[in-house]
Amino acid sequence: MTAILAIAEQRSASLRKVSQEAAAAARGLADAMGATVDVLVLSSDAVIGVEALGNAGADRILSARHADFALYHPDGYSATVASIAGNYAAIVFAATATGRDLAPRVAAKLGQGCATDVTALAVESGKIVATRPVYAGKVLQRVRLNGTPAILSIRPNTFPITPVGKAGAAETVTVPSFTTRVTVKEIKAAASAALDVAEASVVISGGRGLKEPANFKLLEDLAAAFGNAAVGASRAVVDAGWREHGAQIGQTGKTVSPGLYIAVGISGAIQHLAGMRTAKVIVAINRDKDAPIFKVADYGIVGDLFEILPRFTEEVKRLRAEH
Amino acid sequence: MKIAVCLKRVPDTTTKIVLTGSGLAIDEAGVKFIANPYDEFAIEEAIKLKETAGSGETVVISLGTDAAQETIRTALAMGIDRGVLLQSSGSLDGLEVARALAAELKDGGYDLILFGKMAVDDYNHQVGPMTAELLGLPCITTVAHLKITGGAVEAEREIEGGLEVAACSLPAVLTCDKGLNNPRLPTLKGIMAAKKKPLEVKPASLGAGTIELVGLAMPPERQAGKIVGEGPDAVAQLVSLLRTEAKVL
Ligand SMILES: Cc1cc2nc3c(=O)[nH]c(=O)nc-3n(C[C@H](O)[C@H](O)[C@H](O)COP(=O)(O)OP(=O)(O)OC[C@H]3O[C@@H](n4cnc5c(N)ncnc54)[C@H](O)[C@@H]3O)c2cc1C
Ligand SMILES: Nc1ncnc2c1ncn2[C@@H]1O[C@H](COP(=O)(O)O)[C@@H](O)[C@H]1O
Repeated sequence: MTAILAIAEQRSASLRKVSQEAAAAARGLADAMGATVDVLVLSSDAVIGVEALGNAGADRILSARHADFALYHPDGYSATVASIAGNYAAIVFAATATGRDLAPRVAAKLGQGCATDVTALAVESGKIVATRPVYAGKVLQRVRLNGTPAILSIRPNTFPITPVGKAGAAETVTVPSFTTRVTVKEIKAAASAALDVAEASVVISGGRGLKEPANFKLLEDLAAAFGNAAVGASRAVVDAGWREHGAQIGQTGKTVSPGLYIAVGISGAIQHLAGMRTAKVIVAINRDKDAPIFKVADYGIVGDLFEILPRFTEEVKRLRAEH
Repeated sequence: MKIAVCLKRVPDTTTKIVLTGSGLAIDEAGVKFIANPYDEFAIEEAIKLKETAGSGETVVISLGTDAAQETIRTALAMGIDRGVLLQSSGSLDGLEVARALAAELKDGGYDLILFGKMAVDDYNHQVGPMTAELLGLPCITTVAHLKITGGAVEAEREIEGGLEVAACSLPAVLTCDKGLNNPRLPTLKGIMAAKKKPLEVKPASLGAGTIELVGLAMPPERQAGKIVGEGPDAVAQLVSLLRTEAKVL
């Protein structure tokens, strides 16, 4: 029987949400092709999230454990995925820092192409057709993946997790021998919040309109009121050193597709839009009613952000306390 | 230190993109082309590393049409020593590009091979690590900070919520991210000098690959929504719309 493989990311004893999204994307393909879904977890510890992965669509969870797999291990991970790749019609990665590094290595080992940052998938005449934004999101490219296995990575937050109620049973996969060329030594945690803008379901971004770095506290308060939000930034404020580069949204920063994107004191330059135009709902707060950001926003408030934000935070808190 | 930089010519990110009638390509008329911005970080790093080492050679390699010669000259004007153009109309499949680049790089005796983290036209994010895999070299991608001591490479790359510190030894492949350096602008003197620097042109033949274009389309225009109101008094209505209409709260 045809099978699809999804690659899960388990880091510091937690399963990344994007792994469930990869499983869900694989489930979608499998249902269209009459196939089953395996999810591979590479880790040093025992697999966690068997249930969550099953519920997202995995029929089987494959566990590849190795003492060196506590952190990302490019050579070991790619050798392991490549060693079982022959069993699959397609391999689905998440387009994260790890997935973007790993997928092309696996593809090259297998002599296959790779479709990166896919936002939609279809099966046409038995072949996978992937849609991916190119030219800074200004064009959507549709490509047919003719190789076996087809190799692709999905953009976080674009494939909904629909609970399917599968149990998912864990099985062990043997890690093949590999040559370590690159060693990941440590992860230095960012000084700011742990939730990354690329994975948060709500992103609240600030621009030059915030006037000075300390005022980002207003955005952090709003993010805290939402609970599942991360704070992003325009390039102008990252270049000014107000925020870390990891928070930058846009063409030279991250591309995000959250359920809700709130742009505060951001004009909406084309390079900024490249990073957030695929958000499901966009809210803009800007005192200039002609700011380009309003052209893409679903909802806008014209006015002074310093007056609007405290009220916004208060209202969100009130609402969340009620429900 | 002998360093290679792989450079792609891409449309300027600020240009408006229009599709051809067939919907299978972009209309290049009137489009301004530039060096891929991430490759500029690679160029700058190569020049700096050679300066620090005090000796060596920097080479820029681009796979593209004859028009890419102009892009190569830009790199030479910044300070790269010589250029190679692999003449080809390119491929949608990054692996085919990687194969052609790997063939050119294989016997070059490079200590370091630098790429951009991605090309801003195709957003493929893959040619660097694929080339490394084909050459059997260590590879660290999306490098934002770099330290090379003797033959040892230590690099930091941005990951979700932090920085990953990775190490390998030379020869190695690295892909460059923003933050690594501030690319210099070509000086007038550099531009003059670039005209006399060697630029070798040779044909490359690419395989068909496994990725086939079905079509290009413009994304659905985002409809401008509504201005809910002005000032803080509009907040209550905004929150209510987010809850009842947009259902995101
Ligand atoms: C090659 C290239 C790549 C780039 N990549 C990126 C990228 O990745 N990401 C990115 O963001 N940009 C990028 N840019 C930069 C981009 O072109 C803009 O310069 C930048 O996005 C502007 O940032 P901003 O909106 O914060 O600032 P501004 O454009 O200065 O806008 C500030 C906004 O705040 C509003 N404002 C001011 N005070 C208040 C107040 N009290 N209340 C409410 N509103 C207020 C103003 O009306 C204005 O609209 C790139 C540019 C180039 C050339
Ligand atoms: N045609 C090309 N010629 C030279 N280098 C290229 C070419 N295409 C891609 N590259 C290199 O590979 C990197 C990643 O490109 P991509 O995988 O297409 O996003 C670029 O930043 C370049 O350094």
